[in-house]
Amino acid sequence: MEFSSRARLKHARLAGDRREQYPHSLQFYLEPPMESISLVEFESFAVDRLKLLKVIENLGVSHVRGTDVYKSKLESELRKLKFPYRALAEDDYEARRKDHISHFILRLAYCQSEDLRRWFLQQEMDLFRYRFNELTESLMQKFLEHANLSFEAIGEDLKNELANELSTSTPGFNLTKVKEQMFFKVGLADAVDLFRARKVFIKDGFAYVPFKEIDVIVLNNYRTKLSKALALTARSLPSIQSDERLQPLLNHLSHSYVGPDYSIQKNTGKISLEQIDALSVKSFPLCMRQLHRALRDSHHLRHGGRMQYGLFLKGIGLTLEQALEFWKKEFIRGKVDADKFDKGYAYSIRHSYGKEGRRTDYTPYSCMKIIMSNPPSQGDYHGCPFRHSDPELLKQKLQSYKIPPSGITQVLELVKGVHYQLACQKFFELTHDVDDIGFSLNHPNQYFTESQKLLNGGRELKKEFNNSGNFQQKNNSQESTNSSSTPTSSNAKADTELEGLEAYFTED
Amino acid sequence: MAPFEPAALPELLPVFYRRLFPHGPYGRWLSYGGVKNYFQLREFSFTLRDDVYLRFQSFSSPQELERELQKINPYKIDIGAVYSHRPNQHNTVHLGAFQPQEKELVFDIDMTDYDDVRSCCSSADICSKCWTLMTIAVRIIDRALVEDLGVRHRLWVYSGRRGVHCWVCDDAVRKWSPALRAAAVEYLSLVKGGADTVKKVNLSHPVHPFIRHSVNVVEKYFEEYALRGQDILGSPEKWDKVLALIPEDILPCQGRAKDSVQRWELLRARLERTRGRPAAQGPCYADWEVMLQFCFPRLDINVSKGLNHLLKSPFSVHPKTGRVSVPLDLQRLDQFDPFAVPTITSLCQELDTANSDGEQEDGGATEPKRRTRDYKKTSLAPYVRVFEQFVEGMESARRGERIRRSDLQGDF
Repeated sequence: MEFSSRARLKHARLAGDRREQYPHSLQFYLEPPMESISLVEFESFAVDRLKLLKVIENLGVSHVRGTDVYKSKLESELRKLKFPYRALAEDDYEARRKDHISHFILRLAYCQSEDLRRWFLQQEMDLFRYRFNELTESLMQKFLEHANLSFEAIGEDLKNELANELSTSTPGFNLTKVKEQMFFKVGLADAVDLFRARKVFIKDGFAYVPFKEIDVIVLNNYRTKLSKALALTARSLPSIQSDERLQPLLNHLSHSYVGPDYSIQKNTGKISLEQIDALSVKSFPLCMRQLHRALRDSHHLRHGGRMQYGLFLKGIGLTLEQALEFWKKEFIRGKVDADKFDKGYAYSIRHSYGKEGRRTDYTPYSCMKIIMSNPPSQGDYHGCPFRHSDPELLKQKLQSYKIPPSGITQVLELVKGVHYQLACQKFFELTHDVDDIGFSLNHPNQYFTESQKLLNGGRELKKEFNNSGNFQQKNNSQESTNSSSTPTSSNAKADTELEGLEAYFTED
Repeated sequence: MAPFEPAALPELLPVFYRRLFPHGPYGRWLSYGGVKNYFQLREFSFTLRDDVYLRFQSFSSPQELERELQKINPYKIDIGAVYSHRPNQHNTVHLGAFQPQEKELVFDIDMTDYDDVRSCCSSADICSKCWTLMTIAVRIIDRALVEDLGVRHRLWVYSGRRGVHCWVCDDAVRKWSPALRAAAVEYLSLVKGGADTVKKVNLSHPVHPFIRHSVNVVEKYFEEYALRGQDILGSPEKWDKVLALIPEDILPCQGRAKDSVQRWELLRARLERTRGRPAAQGPCYADWEVMLQFCFPRLDINVSKGLNHLLKSPFSVHPKTGRVSVPLDLQRLDQFDPFAVPTITSLCQELDTANSDGEQEDGGATEPKRRTRDYKKTSLAPYVRVFEQFVEGMESARRGERIRRSDLQGDF
């Protein structure tokens, strides 16, 4: 029997000694996992890690990295999602395995564009930094040896020879301290920041770094390795994407939103049309408030706006009948006559409620989808204002909503840092007068639900105007039976319009 | 020797590129042992008469480069980076795919950057007095390159008018990222600040070995260059500039001193006594700071940082002075005299004198051989020899590396 090291490891695992495969809770993810897993596990691992990385992103902006608050929040998330959180935990095998596999799956999803790569790299770096700094000194040294980073610790003789140089080049290190601490010989490229500022002794193209500074070096090394690996993965992606089981999953992950999709309306019929104006000011996120305002002002919205806003309204509980009435009333005040509305626009509204064509019940757009796809052009009002509006105009808008200047500055800072959802969270905090939004914003309907919860003292959405709502529903249902017959009429122009509409309804 | 006239260039350049330019070693240098298309992917740029500028020139072989040089006779040659695709085809490449991949690490030290501390000349002028600044710069940087950065193959070149260039050619260094190059320049920088800053060098305790080594170099030249040559303490307006750099509580009385040398002694002694001060005040390094401000090299980070930066090629002719950009012999650095560097005019005259049997321009099998030996008859010869030694140094290192690697693999 041939015993290659990999076979040996497998053998060891079968034999029950699983610790050999993952001797440390931390790793550099140099070797991809070599085993079979089910598609279910594949997806659940990936989704969990994505959740973790998003938490890390949020924490990184709301708290200073390395503070106790940051650390405790991150640790609790790691435990919740069953990732390794403590270096010495004995029974960590499952968590470490999950960590290993999920990292590599996300590489596949996040290597595909410059933006995705940058995001993934940033969050993985923060995760690594946290876990590395949680190690004790001795564990750190063990890890460094194991990781085979070619950072050699220099021997005592060499250290004594260089003692003077080391103490004059390394800030905070007098001769005594030099004798006490370990020094590592590291390539110049790994110690760029220390080398450029002359904060380290260099000789023959190597920097002699004290143990105290090694974490920065390790991190830089990790970043370089991961960055290269991502570029390499991107190049081999076509062959992976040809696997039909994986392709939709991977595409979905990188645009994914990992929360409730608001497709099953728990609040159907609880909102009346009269409430919408008030709600748009109190509880709509800025994107929807903007769309609503534009609709009221111009009595029209283009396709992108109709989709984004229409599905949102569906998500907050508007029934099909209410939606038809809402849009028709508005459009009629514009240039559209009732007939044209019934023939064209009504069809597409019913389509988005799953009552026509493919009969897919379309889900309201998540923030990720709004930010990343279908950017608005001139005459459009959809999109994410934090992403798509000119910062000056955004500022003016916030001023018109009486947001205090300090708040506006904070929002604009987040926008500048490309943290659009966090900017929206800050907007929530400012308009609801709370310090901490208390949740991680990923979806406009989530914004609405949470806002309503807050304003109604945590209770469920109030059931108002039930009677009139029912009455309206009855009316609308009659209307809809009438209008449902129109698409079948052989009107050539209507047919082509409908054909064109079908093309819009591709789910991604 | 007749003086150089720029108007004569169109006549002289063809002779230069046929008989004087060292095409052989030049091609061997840039081929780097025939590595993966290296030569073919290299960008050259030519400047023609009337400032016509041709970028993204590339050639399939050193022989083709030679033929083109002899056909085009450019006023100036610049060397750029090794790109991802042949530079002369860059327009056919999808935008964004055409990227610089590797390049030598280069430094450009220009005398104009020292105008605030030299009193003999300014801007494009140089003289034998201020040339010492270049000597000091080469010594300091070269020591750091070799001892600190671990570099082996570097070529120092006279720029042709008022400065020096350095080409660092080690395999690993050619692959350095812009960030690493910028870091190297920062490591080598001590003089900071522009026209608004009076005190440009500030040292704190403890002093990094790089600074100490640099001060050691400056000390060897300081008395001759700064105190006698520039006479920096020779008159009230001059010593005011120096005193502006020294903390007030240390100013010595100058009654007894009669010239720069003596005054400096007083100042120096005073400052050295402060080295033993208690930790709170800290040792004062003002004397080192003065020496460094007047003598330490000033680098232009933009030249060194970018991979796509174009720098004047060695053995290119300077269109304004006619001088050839010749390599510096580090063994004879102190004797280098920029005014003794041959001009294209003087070289052509030397050729005329050497060929008493008359020059035949028609082709023939023996012609190329005669031509390649022609520079040896002129005062360009010693400079070409320095260049050849540099190229041979790299070639033997490559051979050594190949042997080492095949030993490791157990090949024969």
